[in-house]
Amino acid sequence: MSKQKIILIAVAVLVLIFFLGSYLYKDAQAQKASAIAKKSEEVFIRDYSTIVGKKDAKVTLVEFLDPACGACRAFYPLIKKIMEEHPDQIKHVIRYAPFHQGSTEVVKIIEASKLQDKYFETLELLFRYQNKWTINHKVDIKMVWKILPGIGLDIEKLQNDIKNPKFDKLIEQEIADAKKLGVKKTPGYFVNGKPLQKFGYEQLKELIESQL
Amino acid sequence: MNISEKSDANNWNILFVAWLISIIATLGSLFFSEVMEYPPCTFCWYQRILMYPLVFIFLVGLFPFDRGVLKYAFPFVILGWLVSLYHNLLQMDIIAESTTPCAMGIPCSAKYIDIFGFLTIPMLSFIAFSIILILLILLKRRLAK
Repeated sequence: MSKQKIILIAVAVLVLIFFLGSYLYKDAQAQKASAIAKKSEEVFIRDYSTIVGKKDAKVTLVEFLDPACGACRAFYPLIKKIMEEHPDQIKHVIRYAPFHQGSTEVVKIIEASKLQDKYFETLELLFRYQNKWTINHKVDIKMVWKILPGIGLDIEKLQNDIKNPKFDKLIEQEIADAKKLGVKKTPGYFVNGKPLQKFGYEQLKELIESQL
Repeated sequence: MNISEKSDANNWNILFVAWLISIIATLGSLFFSEVMEYPPCTFCWYQRILMYPLVFIFLVGLFPFDRGVLKYAFPFVILGWLVSLYHNLLQMDIIAESTTPCAMGIPCSAKYIDIFGFLTIPMLSFIAFSIILILLILLKRRLAK
């Protein structure tokens, strides 16, 4: 056999192993998630989790997001659009995977804004001005506090509320669930317990529509 | 085949094995980051920077066999081996992680995988760099004869 042939065969075999391995790995991950889904639904939806849409909707879209993550910001309106296209058929569960430096504090703020009935206003405001308070993947918490008064939040109350240790517990739970489900990047999506394997809007749309 | 031709073939084979290890290490590390989605820490990046070019340096050196390949490969291999050694000592807690925090909150001392209690990702890197280094030293000695 010529030397060139040996190299070509070696490259072909190794690349094949790589892609076969990645297929098998993703498949195993998907099976792991669906096994968890069968055993306990609460890993996907905790009793405190925010749910958008009808509770008994056919499709449950669980999203692990980080308020400081750019892709999460970009996908937020896209999910709204998919939900509008299929009214009452999809419910969107908002979970957190605060991977960015300092974003746990922001998650606490968003969760505490629920106590003032301003959850979506807060989340959407923070997404809108994300580039002002997330710089180089780091959260500038001072800037967050400067942006928040714009939507009529009682800032003093909010500052007190986030000190409640229940929010620390909440974040611990979120991180534990994200880890259990193998979320390593944000946003992480699960549609009826099935993980989105290849990230992208079209892929997410397809996965959701396959469950309708 | 006379003696010198056989020896030439063996030299080529040694370099071929070094290339094979470098490409396995490259694809393996890409598997960890792109498929398993483990974010590489700073030290992992330095080792990647020093390992990935070897695939092409060795490949060019194989066609036709070029003894100059040693000169170009050694800086990458020696530096890579040293970074890998440091990284392993760090993971084994023999030296403490000092002032440099790793990007995006990934500490270099974090262990993603740990097979049989010693086979971590940096250990795999160390093994790869070590074998390549030994093969190159062997090749250098043979060529010096």
